[in-house]
Amino acid sequence: MRYILFVISLLWPAFISAQTWEDQQLFNEAAPSQTLRILSSTDTAFFSPIIEDFLEETPGWSVEYLVTGTADISRVLQQDPEGYDVVISSAMDLQVKLVNDGFALKLADISHRDWAQWRQSLFAFTSEPATIVVNREAFEGKPIPGTRQELIQALRAEPDLFRGKLGTYDVRSSGVGYLFATQDARASETFWRLMEVMGGLEIRLYCCSGDMIDDVASGDLLVAYNVLGSYAAARQAQDNRFEIILPSDFPTTMMRTGFVSKETKHPAAAEGFVRHMIEAQDLATGAKSSPLPPLGLHPDGRNPTVIALEPALMTYLDKLKRRTFIQEWSNAVIQ
Amino acid sequence: MTEAVNVSGSLRRRMTLTLIGGAAVLAVVLYAVVRLYAAQIAQQGQDSILAASVTSILDAAILRDGTVEVDFPYAALSMLSTASDDRVFYAIHKNETLLSGYEHLSPPDGTSHTSGTYLAETPDGALIRVATDSRTLVGADTRSVITVSVAQTQEALQVTLNGISRNVALFGAGFFCLSALLSFWASASTITPIRRLTSSIARRGPQDLSPVASPVPSEMVSLVASLNRLMGRLDKALAQSEDFIAEAAHRVRTPLATVRSHAEAMLHRVDQDENRKALRSMVRAIDESSRAAGQLLDHAMITFRTDHLERKELDLTELLQELVLRLTPVADMKDITLHVESKEPVLVSADAILLQNAIRNLIDNALKYSPVESDVMIHVSARPLPTLEIRDQGAGFPQDQIAHLSSRFSRGDNAKGIIGSGLGLTIAQEVAEAHGGALKLSNLPGGGACVTFSL
Repeated sequence: MRYILFVISLLWPAFISAQTWEDQQLFNEAAPSQTLRILSSTDTAFFSPIIEDFLEETPGWSVEYLVTGTADISRVLQQDPEGYDVVISSAMDLQVKLVNDGFALKLADISHRDWAQWRQSLFAFTSEPATIVVNREAFEGKPIPGTRQELIQALRAEPDLFRGKLGTYDVRSSGVGYLFATQDARASETFWRLMEVMGGLEIRLYCCSGDMIDDVASGDLLVAYNVLGSYAAARQAQDNRFEIILPSDFPTTMMRTGFVSKETKHPAAAEGFVRHMIEAQDLATGAKSSPLPPLGLHPDGRNPTVIALEPALMTYLDKLKRRTFIQEWSNAVIQ
Repeated sequence: MTEAVNVSGSLRRRMTLTLIGGAAVLAVVLYAVVRLYAAQIAQQGQDSILAASVTSILDAAILRDGTVEVDFPYAALSMLSTASDDRVFYAIHKNETLLSGYEHLSPPDGTSHTSGTYLAETPDGALIRVATDSRTLVGADTRSVITVSVAQTQEALQVTLNGISRNVALFGAGFFCLSALLSFWASASTITPIRRLTSSIARRGPQDLSPVASPVPSEMVSLVASLNRLMGRLDKALAQSEDFIAEAAHRVRTPLATVRSHAEAMLHRVDQDENRKALRSMVRAIDESSRAAGQLLDHAMITFRTDHLERKELDLTELLQELVLRLTPVADMKDITLHVESKEPVLVSADAILLQNAIRNLIDNALKYSPVESDVMIHVSARPLPTLEIRDQGAGFPQDQIAHLSSRFSRGDNAKGIIGSGLGLTIAQEVAEAHGGALKLSNLPGGGACVTFSL
């Protein structure tokens, strides 16, 4: 028995490295003296300018960038807190819970706007709205819906056109999808009516924003709900077969956040990276090379739907709450 | 005098230190009490929010088809947001099994029926405040006890308390400074009557032994009463000794006069030269003793009168001329001429008997020390002060003793062979001082003494 445990403990790192990544890239391989490992949910293409700038400022380091789904990040980090130096995710609720549970290092020297940080550990560096992406061709000659209510009316008007051609996040597997859905549900009953309508029209469920945008562009989907606006805007630069709608009834805006793992072996470099990331994304000081949207200036008042960084975000992560919410969501969407 | 007094501490310093010490103790006590009280209030605030959070979660618990559902509101955790971003933990138990939340928040003692607040620690060592409450859900055939615990770290509370502590510390320090100033003032004002008494006694003339009449604080009454009694005894003792001297002088003078007249009569009767010489020196010694006794009497009288001056308006010139008239026969015996220079009447308010006595002594002195066939000039003037100046043509005062000549029984070196008691100048000075004036002795540039008597 003891022998088996020993073997398992030897092999354990191998199991971890056996984690399958959506993407995995090593920047600045030429200087492998020290490597900063970044666990992230952001696609590499969006983040590489920030990393490259950082490496230019900090020679002698290489960065290993590991991409996985938002829901996966918590599990991966909890299994091996020493293995990652910086954790970046768009699922604010999961990030807050990780910080609340003591996985983050306090970076007292970083001064950031108060509403964009939590416990001086979790730092927001983008503000990204959830958007509705529609196929431009399908809405040719028709008014493009500006609110969820108008979208419901459009769907009801031509159910046969939209049947099987609607998409949204599968909240059961996507962390950011779950965050958007719960915040929508908090904001308005319209969300549930929309889900019921969309569910009635055989909605298709996705893991990631990128896939939904692909399908809307190609015409496989006509409407995708709660797509990350930043990804859609970046794609629109090369591809204008789709339209991005910022719902004017209640926009839900998420902030991408990052923190330094408490067990990091390179606290100084990791702090330097977070500082660089914040400065690069700052509207005032940031270089405009980053494809990620900058952090908004005034989320309070003008734009009250920016999801606040507060412990209440953990509410919907509660096992019972989640069970109830998924139950309700499934009842609406999967018919 | 002060050097001889043994000094042990200072009343004022002791009082100041006691008051400041008391203020310091009070400031510290104030700080501790307010700090404790603030901590209690801040803790109550946190406890009530935690309790509200627990209640809102507990209220959301329902039993549906035998399973417990807790669809608690967003506000349950949202209300726990603080400026210091405190960490939040919660746990929902059903009959002691964890349904949801954090494992380390198991209710204390393992009992399922708990409610209240307590302090605990998270596994990573953070201090948390936990509020717990429970509720029984009754189903068709089951009873489940739902226990909800909500916990929060105490960082915001600590920040609040530190702020309060800082303010209270500042307040305490201010209170202390103010008290210190007040204690300086209080001790200074308490010590004032003592100081007033001290200066009133120090200001007194050497003969003033009257009791202290000005009112004193009750604490000083016995001290001042003792002082008054002591001075009374001293006064009495002094008066007795003066009386004694006067009585003695008087008793000596009368028999001396008898002896002198017998000696004079005897002088006329004897023929032998050595007998006459012996008798003459006897008469001379008797004169000297008689004069000393007379001056002792005068002095005793003056001491008495200076304590009870009988002031009257009088003309100094007139008084002087009267005296000169009386002393002219004495002056004639030595062929000395007395000149009085006076332009106007000099009106003074003074005790006539004392003045007479003093001026007579001064003129007497001038006559005694003047050579035969000389002049004594007496000048009276009204301005700036009523002044009398007497100049003679004698040898003048010995320069090195001029400062001490007016003390009792002091006589100059040049007085050998001249009858005198050493009291004349003393009497003149005491009279001048009793009237608020002074006696000044000097030598004239061309020889001779000058005495200035001013009132």
